[in-house]
Formats: sequence, structure tokens, C-alpha cells
Amino acid sequence: MEKGATIKHDPKKSPKTGEWRNVRPEVDPNKCTGCGMCVKYCPEDCIILKNRKNPSKFKKLAEINYDFCKGCGVCAAVCPFKAIKMKSEIK
Amino acid sequence: MNNKLTQKLASGHSTCAGCGIPAIVRTVLAATDDPVVVINATGCLEVTTTLYPYSAWKVPYIHSAFENAAATAAGVETAYNALKKKGKIKKKINFVVFAGDGGTYDIGLQALSGMLERGHNVLFVAYDNQGYMNTGGQRSGATPLGANMETTPTGKFSFGNELPRKDIMEIVKAHHIPYLAQANVAYIEDLRMKAHKAFAIDGAKFLLVMQPCTNVWKFPTSQYVNVGKLATETNFWPLYEIENGKYNLNLEIKNPKPIEEFLKTQKRFKHLLKLENKEIIKNIQQDVNEKWEALLRKVQLSHLSELNR
Amino acid sequence: MQNKKYKIQNKQKKAFTGGAATAEALRQINPDVMPVYPITPQTPIVEAFAKMKADGKVDTEIVTVESEHSAISMAVGASAAGARTVTATSSQGLALMNEILYIASGMRLPITMIISSRALSAPINIHGDHSDVMGARDTGWIQLFCEDVQEVYDNTLIGMKLAEKTELPVMVIMDGFITSHSVEVLEILSDKSVKKFIGEFKPDRNLLDIKNPLTFGPLGLPDSYFEFKIDQEDAIVEAKKKYLEITKEFKKFSGRSYDLFEKYQTDDAEYIVIVAGSTAGTGKNVVDKLRKKGQKVGLLKIKLFRPFPYEEISRSLRKSKSVAVLDRALSFGSVPPLYSEIVNALHSSSATCDLSSYVYGLGGRDIFNANIEKVFTDLINGKIHKKTEYLNANK
Repeated sequence: MEKGATIKHDPKKSPKTGEWRNVRPEVDPNKCTGCGMCVKYCPEDCIILKNRKNPSKFKKLAEINYDFCKGCGVCAAVCPFKAIKMKSEIK
Repeated sequence: MNNKLTQKLASGHSTCAGCGIPAIVRTVLAATDDPVVVINATGCLEVTTTLYPYSAWKVPYIHSAFENAAATAAGVETAYNALKKKGKIKKKINFVVFAGDGGTYDIGLQALSGMLERGHNVLFVAYDNQGYMNTGGQRSGATPLGANMETTPTGKFSFGNELPRKDIMEIVKAHHIPYLAQANVAYIEDLRMKAHKAFAIDGAKFLLVMQPCTNVWKFPTSQYVNVGKLATETNFWPLYEIENGKYNLNLEIKNPKPIEEFLKTQKRFKHLLKLENKEIIKNIQQDVNEKWEALLRKVQLSHLSELNR
Repeated sequence: MQNKKYKIQNKQKKAFTGGAATAEALRQINPDVMPVYPITPQTPIVEAFAKMKADGKVDTEIVTVESEHSAISMAVGASAAGARTVTATSSQGLALMNEILYIASGMRLPITMIISSRALSAPINIHGDHSDVMGARDTGWIQLFCEDVQEVYDNTLIGMKLAEKTELPVMVIMDGFITSHSVEVLEILSDKSVKKFIGEFKPDRNLLDIKNPLTFGPLGLPDSYFEFKIDQEDAIVEAKKKYLEITKEFKKFSGRSYDLFEKYQTDDAEYIVIVAGSTAGTGKNVVDKLRKKGQKVGLLKIKLFRPFPYEEISRSLRKSKSVAVLDRALSFGSVPPLYSEIVNALHSSSATCDLSSYVYGLGGRDIFNANIEKVFTDLINGKIHKKTEYLNANK
């Protein structure tokens, strides 16, 4: 055991909180402007703005990492362009 | 995972889905390039980020107890000063406390007062979710009038919490610290600006950040930003700062919405919307108006004295 | 052993109160951080030390905090941050700290705390007894009792080194007023010797180590908490060995040797009194007097109360016919704390002596030679008190 319960951050020990999810956010690339509003408010820091492969009017596109996404839906709620939809994962 | 946002607090923590606390933490901590040491009071943030064997903290972190975060921080900062004086440490380090409203308004108040009085170079950030949420939602000194809480439930003879919120900003201000501000997680850029400002100032600093709690305020997990926005848009939670005793309003709401707009988003206030509780809503609105006007007067007075100089 | 010449340079006789002797030891140590809050009869320690700071004799950061709870909380923060940290308290102050005492030991932080032990309220009483420290006996702190001012000075040095070697917090305990406020002559080591004995503080876990960020004080649920507590228990039991190593080293500097407890005329004693703190001095006078009359009596003085040296004590009692344990505290609804430990010590040993329990001196009530003589007379006459007898208390 660690002396005095003093521990260190170790990503290998990290729970994958994506397991909590029963709805998943999905980004509509046609609507996403890459404004980053969802990134700012995502409680799990699981959204990244990626460079678009085929830059249109917008250079960036929100991409969600589902390892940690708990499916709260904040991203969908704050998106000014309604580009994120929550889809049920319950089969 | 967003590598940039998780430089100090990593994902994998177990805050409730839709909790605003992580956004507060990463926004505050990102506002400085210097190393930070985090001191945490017992509470939601602490239990969800340090569950053995995983720590979500990528910066040095200490949690001691519920009521003593400010005193623990004072110890850490004093050790830093002592060791720096002896040449054992050279770098500038920032010290940041995170505490909930219980660890700030109530059980943590004495230690907070001592830390502020002595002027330790510490930024104290209170994430205010208006109650003891980690233990299931009991009333705290930050719980607003009329809220249905576990220890102040509604019933035939009760409309919920009968006591108004403690004015922690004025209590902290009375310690004459150089900088304190009221912020709201729903206004993240304003919070960022305030954290930035606080880090640049020597001495004790205080940020009171509204943190709408999906779990106990009882609103859908997707709504913390929207509910938080309404708190400010109704003037229930104005954004302001007090710098060297001078009040400054950060956002003036042109046409403040009626308080019901905020209350009706949350089941903790559901009972207030019944006809028989109309009078209570009226009282709450009146209280909001009075506090807002009192704040405006302080803001005006602060700027008046500037003109007279 | 040191040569004579070195000894003379090395030591100096001084007259100090227990409080002043502590301050003098702390001046020589020059710790990094000292959070303090006033309480009688601890105040002379921190007042004397504050004056040393005001006169530029130490550069310790002294922080006058708003309560003992905050004093020990600050100490936890400072110690985790790698500072050599010391504080002092008494009575209600120690009781108020209680919650954080467990945190300090659970985090394995080497904080040194000097205690001027005193009664607990209610009714309020400012005088000496061991209620406060006995109330903290299960907090995971090492507890070192002192008989006199010399031991207060020595144990402040030994205690700090022990804390740092074991990574456990240490209480150095003197009797409130009797020791804290009485002037006695003692031998002080040279500043240089103290520096050499104490050495540099280099903790292997440091909160301020930015490059190696640590999390202190995580949440340990049923799958880990148990093992952390077992580790802690192992560490404090192990402290006995480290204490003996340190006192052996201390002897090289001071010429004074300290064991886990002190045996005064016990080797051939048939009747033994066991006591902690300043009353051991009174007890020794009585032993001397009775020895002159040919009585085979002795005294066993408790030094290390936590960890408690069960086996070693039971070995020392093997030859005795009967033993009286003198407690200066009660454990309400149970037997007094020191007596309880001696019962435990004897339970698993081959010693067959009878045991008597006495409580004395609560709230600063005097204890006289005659009281202790009466205890010995009882033992000699075969009058055993299984039920606690109160010494010098009105019926």
C-alpha cells in the first residue's frame, strides 16, 4: 500500500466513465461550425475540435471521445447550432 | 480525451453526469501558467476525483477534512514561503482551494476567515451548489429561501427552507482582501477572466462560483448551463467583483426575467409554484430586487468615489 | 563515549521551566513552520519561541491562527509540503484538534507537538492531569511522556527525530504547570550538536514537488481503507525499534540514555509502582525512603505510551509480587487507561503479580509522598485494589 495513502495520477487506473452512458451524443458534421461551445461546458473533457478532412466553410469539427462521455447531454443543450443529437444506447 | 483541458484535472472522475464542477476547476486552473497546488475540502469534488487507487489530479493535491481547507492551504503556503526563504524552492507556485458552499459558508467559515485575515497568498474558490449535495442534498447556509431540501422538506406545515442565504461575499469582503468576485459556471469566459485576475494579485483572493446541481436542484443532466444562465438573467446571481474594496458589475441584465423563470426549472422549487405559495414567490422576488438594488448602489458608490479623486 | 573535553564544550547547565526548555530546544532545531493558538498552560512555550523569532534567533514561520483546529490543520498542510513543522497545545485545544490528529497520522506526517497536559472540561479546570493526552491515545500519534524539564528538552529533540524517521506524528507530553512552569536545572546541548543530531529534513513525499505531483488524502473505501490502517499500525509498532536507535544515538551527544521506560530500583523489587509524568519524581523519593528501611520497592516510569511496550514491561514485572498502577486520567465506564495497558501486558505473560489501580491528581489535585507511600504500604500488606482507589480525594 502507498505510504500514508499518498497516490499518483495513473491513467491506467482510470475508470472509463463512458460505461455509465445510456444516451450518446452524435455530432452532425453538416451543422457543426466548430465553435467550441460544447468543449467549454463538457464536464468530462471528452470533446475535441478536430481539423476537418475536407474543410468547407468551417475548419473545425467537434469529435466526441466515448471512453469518458457519461451521456449527460450538456453538449447538445449548449450547442448554438443544434448540431449534437442525443441517441439512445439502450438496445 | 481533450489533452489541453485535462492537463491538470483528468477525465475518469466520477462527478454526476452533467455536473458543472469540472468546468469550474479546469477553467480556474487554466488561468495560470505557473505551477499550481490544489487544496480541497471534503465534498463532491474531493470524493469524485480521488477514489483510490485513481487520482484524477495531475497537479499536486491535498485533501485533509471538511472544515479546514483554508487552514491546510495556509499551512502549505507558509511551508512554501519558509522553504523559499531558505532557498530550497525557487519557482513561483500558486495555491488554489476548492470547497463547496458547506466548506465555505458553514463548517469552513472559521478557517476561511483566518486565512483571509492573515492574507495568505491563496485563491479560494467556492463552488456554490447551495447545499450539502455530496451527502444527498441537505440545507446549508447557502440554500435559498423556499428550497425543498432533505433537512428542510416541504409538508403541510413547511414550504421548505425558511432561512435566506448567508451573504458570504459581504462576509469575505469584510476581511479587506484585494480581490473577490461572484461568478457563474454558465458564464465561463467571465469566470476565466476573474481567475486570471485573481492569480495576478498577491494575497488572499476569493471566487464564489454558482454551480447548478443537476442531482439535488433536480433538473435534467443536460441543463446546468441553461439553469445557471437563468440565475444571472433573473438577477438572482449577479456577476460582479470587488477589487480593493470597489464594486464592479461584470454583466448588466437589461431586462431581468422574473424569478419564476429560474425557479420553475428546478423541482426543488416546484411547490412554490402552487397558488398557496404565491406570497413566498413574491417575497423571493422582492428579496432579489432589494439585493440587486443594494449591489447597484455599492457599484455606483465605488465609481463615484473614483470620479471624486 | 565522548571524551571529557568534548563533553564540556558540548553541554551547558541552564535553569529553565519546561516551557522555556522546549523553546530552547526548538530554537536550536529552528523548524520551518509553527502554527500556534494560545491555551494555558501551553502558552509559555510559544511566547518564548515568538520572542526568539522577534529577536532574530530563529527564522521559523510562526503563524498565529484562529483555533487549535486550524493550528493542526495548518501543520498538516505545512508538513505535507515538506516543512519541518511543530506546534503545541493543551487540554481543550488537543480535544478540538482530535479530528485532524487522525488525519496527520493517517497521512504519515512527521509533525511534532508539545503538550502541556491538562484536565478537560466540564467543569473547566486549567490544571494538570492526563485526561487530554489519554483522550488522544488512539489517534495514531507516538506519545512520549516526560518526568522533568531535562526530559522535556531531550524528548523535544528525540521526538522530532523520531517523527521524521517513522513518518509518524509525535506528542511530547509534560505535566501542565508542574513541569511546564517549574524552573529546574538541566543540561543543554550545544547548538552544533543539536543540528548534527537532528539533521536535515528530507521527506520522500512532498506536496510541493511539482514535477512529481502527489495526491494526499484520497478516498479509501472498503477495498483499501483496511489495508492502509494495518500499514499504519505496523508503522507505529515499528517505531519502538526506531526510538531505541535514536535514543542510542542521543546518548552519544548527551551522555543520557533512555529506554522504552525507566526502571527505578525494579530489578529486585517485590513491589512496584507504575506511573507516567512528573509524579515519577515524587515516587522515586518514596522508593528511596522505603529502600533505606529495607523494603524491596521500585518504580517503573512510563515514557513511550504509544506504541506501548507490552512485552518489555511485562518482562520487568516478572519477579514482582504486586504492582500498583497510578493513572492521572479516567476512562469513564472502564478501567483507567494506563492500568488497562498493564493488565494487557501481563495477560499474555508469565508474570503472576497482583495488580492494583489508583487514580490521582485529577484537575491538578496534589499528590504527596505520603499518598504514594500509602500505595506501597498497601502493596506490602497485600491490600490489592482491583477496583480503582482514588488517592487524596475526598470521600
